[in-house]
Amino acid sequence: MSIKNLKMKKMKKQNEKNIFYDSSLKKRHASAKRFKIFAMSSLVTAIAFLVFFISDMLIKGLPALQQTYVQVEITYNDKSMKSPRGSVDRKLRRIVSRAAIREIPRQMQNNPQLKNTTKFKWILADDQVDQYIKGNYYKLKNKDKQKVDELKKQNRVELRFNSIFFTHGDSKIPEFAGIKSALIGSIFTLLVTMAVSFPIGVMTAIYLEEFADDNKFTQIIEVNINNLAAIPSILFGLLGLAIFINLFGLPRSSALVGGLTLALMTLPIIIVTARAALRSVPDSIRQAGYGLGLTKIQVVRDHVLPLAFPGIMTGTIIGLAQAMGETAPLIIVGMIAFIPDSPSSITEAATVMPAQIFTWAGMPERAYIEKTAMGILTLLTVLISLNAIAVYLRKRFETKW
Amino acid sequence: MKLNKKSNTIFESKNRSTQLKENAIKYLLIAASTISVLTTFGILFSILFEAIEFFKLKSFFYFLTGTEWSPGVEGSKFGAVPIFAGTFVITFIAMAVALPIGIFSAIYMSEYATNSIRSKVKPLLEILAGIPTVVYGFFAAITVAPLIVKVCEVIGLQASFNSALASGIVMGIMIIPVISSLSDDVISSVPDSQRKGALALGLTTAETIKSVVLPAALPGIISACLLGVSKALGETMIVVMAAGLRPNLTMNILEDMTTVTVRIVDALVGDQAFDSPATLSAFALGLALFIVTLILNIISVYYIRKFKSKYKVNSL
Repeated sequence: MSIKNLKMKKMKKQNEKNIFYDSSLKKRHASAKRFKIFAMSSLVTAIAFLVFFISDMLIKGLPALQQTYVQVEITYNDKSMKSPRGSVDRKLRRIVSRAAIREIPRQMQNNPQLKNTTKFKWILADDQVDQYIKGNYYKLKNKDKQKVDELKKQNRVELRFNSIFFTHGDSKIPEFAGIKSALIGSIFTLLVTMAVSFPIGVMTAIYLEEFADDNKFTQIIEVNINNLAAIPSILFGLLGLAIFINLFGLPRSSALVGGLTLALMTLPIIIVTARAALRSVPDSIRQAGYGLGLTKIQVVRDHVLPLAFPGIMTGTIIGLAQAMGETAPLIIVGMIAFIPDSPSSITEAATVMPAQIFTWAGMPERAYIEKTAMGILTLLTVLISLNAIAVYLRKRFETKW
Repeated sequence: MKLNKKSNTIFESKNRSTQLKENAIKYLLIAASTISVLTTFGILFSILFEAIEFFKLKSFFYFLTGTEWSPGVEGSKFGAVPIFAGTFVITFIAMAVALPIGIFSAIYMSEYATNSIRSKVKPLLEILAGIPTVVYGFFAAITVAPLIVKVCEVIGLQASFNSALASGIVMGIMIIPVISSLSDDVISSVPDSQRKGALALGLTTAETIKSVVLPAALPGIISACLLGVSKALGETMIVVMAAGLRPNLTMNILEDMTTVTVRIVDALVGDQAFDSPATLSAFALGLALFIVTLILNIISVYYIRKFKSKYKVNSL
C-alpha cells in the first residue's frame, strides 16, 4: 500500500515537472473509460434481455413436455358405449380428462375384446389436476384434491412425456391440445409462399442484375423493392383481404390466401439476397461464356445461376424463416380459426404455428400458458434450425473468388 | 427493337427461333419484376379504395381531429386522435429503450470489440431480430406486464395489466437489433483515416468517437432511427397481445392505451359486415399507417444515400 502511494507521489512530481503534462488528462481518460463501460453495458443489457427472455420461455414451457396421467378403473360395456362418462367411477370422474373419456367408445370399436371387461388403465388426467401436480395455480374442489392426494399416495398419479402435444391438433380441452394441425398448416402455407415467391424473386433478381439497363423503369423497381421491404406486415394482410379474398374470391382462412400474402412479403428479401448472390459471381465467367459463343440466356442459365445458387438458397431459407414467424397479416386473412384436424389441402381452412400461439395465449385456462410457451419453444426450434441450415449452406458451398 | 439491337452487339444469333426464345424469356423476366411494383400499388389502391368508402360514410375531418372512437352500431363515432396518441406514446417508449441501447451497442461492436467478441455477439443480436413478434407479445403480456404491476405496487403506483409501458419496453427490445445492426454497418464504414487523424491529435478513443466518428455517421444513424420508428408504428402482435383495446387519451404510461394496428386487427376479426363503417375504419387507419411509414422510409433512404455518397460506400 505504502509503496504504491510512494510511486504515485513520485509520478505526480514527475508529471508536474513535465511541461507537456495536461492536468485535465486524467479527467479525460476517466470519461473515456466511462464511455466505454457505458457502451459495453448497453450491449450487455441487450444480451441480458435475450437471456432473460429465453430462460423465461424455458421455465414456462418445459413443464408442458410432461402431462399427468392417473390410473383408474374403466368399465367397458354397452352402457359406456352410449355414455362414456359412466365407465369411470363417479368420484374420479372430474379428475380424469373429458377428452380421454370421450375416446373410450372408439377404443371399444377398435378392440371388441375389451367389451364387458373392467381394467385398471393409465388415463390422461384433467388439466386442473395436471396444474396441481405441477405446483401451479389450480382450481380443484377440496373433495377432488383429496382424491388426487390419495391416488398419489397409491402411486396412481404419474407425469409422462406429453406426446399428445405433437400428435394432436388444437382442442378446447387444454390437456388434449397439440400443435400438429398448426404445424401442417404452416408447412402448407410456406409451400405456397415458396412456390410463388421463389421463382418470381429469382427472376426479378436475374432481370435486375443481368439484363436491365439503368433506366427509369429499373430505378422504379429498385425503389419499390426497398419500400416493399419496409411496409408494415399488417398492411399486407389488408391487401390479402381486399384483393385475394374479396376480389378474387379465394377461400378465407386457407393456406392458399395466407401463402400468397406471405409470398408478397418475402419477395423483397429473396430479391435482395439473390441479387447479392448474382453480383458476387465474377464477370470473367460471363465473358468466358460469351467468348465461347453462348447466348446471354445460356450464360445465365448454365453458368451464373448454378454458381449463385447456394447464395440464393441461403437467402430463400432466411426469407422462409421470417415468413414462418409472421402472424399479423395471417390474422387479417382469417387464419386464426379453431382447427382441430390437420388440413389436407391448401384451400381448406388452416392455422399456422404463430397464429396457434396467439390463440392459446388468449385462452383463459391456466394450462394454456405452458402450452403457449411450449408452442413458442417448438417454433423457435424450427426457426433456429432453418437459420442453421442457411448458415451451413453458406459455409459449405460458398465460393471465394 | 431496341432490345434486339443491344443484344446483337454481344452475340450474333444465327438461329431466329433461338432469338425469339431469348426475347420471350427476357419479357418473362420483366413481367416477374413488375410484380413487386404491382404489389405496392395493390396495397396502396386496395387500402385507398376501402378508405374512400369509409370517408363517404364518415367525416374525414372528424377522423383526424375527433377525440372519441366508438365503433358501436348506433351513433358510432370515429375520431382517431386517441388512437394516434396511444400509438405515439408506445412508439416513444419503444424508442426510449431501443435508441440508447441500440446505438451504444453498435458503438461498442464497431469501435471497441475485438473480432472474436464481435463474431460471438453479432449472431446473438440476430437471434433477437429473428424472434417472431407473436413471441414477444406473449412475453410482454405474461411476464413483463405483471412484473410492472408488481413493481408499481411496491412503489405505490397503480398500473394496468395492459399498460403502455409493458408493450413499449418489449417493442423496444424488438427494435434494438434493427437500430444496432444498421448503425454498426454505418459506423464501421466511416473511413479509418478519420479516426487515425483524431487519435494522432491526442484525442482519447471516446473523444474520437464522440466528436469525429459519430458526427460522420450521423446521417446513417438517423436513417436507422427512422427505420426503427417505422417498425414500431407498424408493429402489431406485441400491442395486440399486451396493449389495451380502449382508445384512451392520456399521457400516463401506466394506463392502457390502444394503437392503430390493434384497432385494425380488432375491426377485421369481428363478425361485422364488410361494408359497415366499423370494418371499413380499419382501412382508413391502414391508410394513415401506410402514409406515415412510407414518408419515414423515404426520409430514411434519403439519409442513407447522403451518407453513402459522402463516403463512397457501396456495401450498405
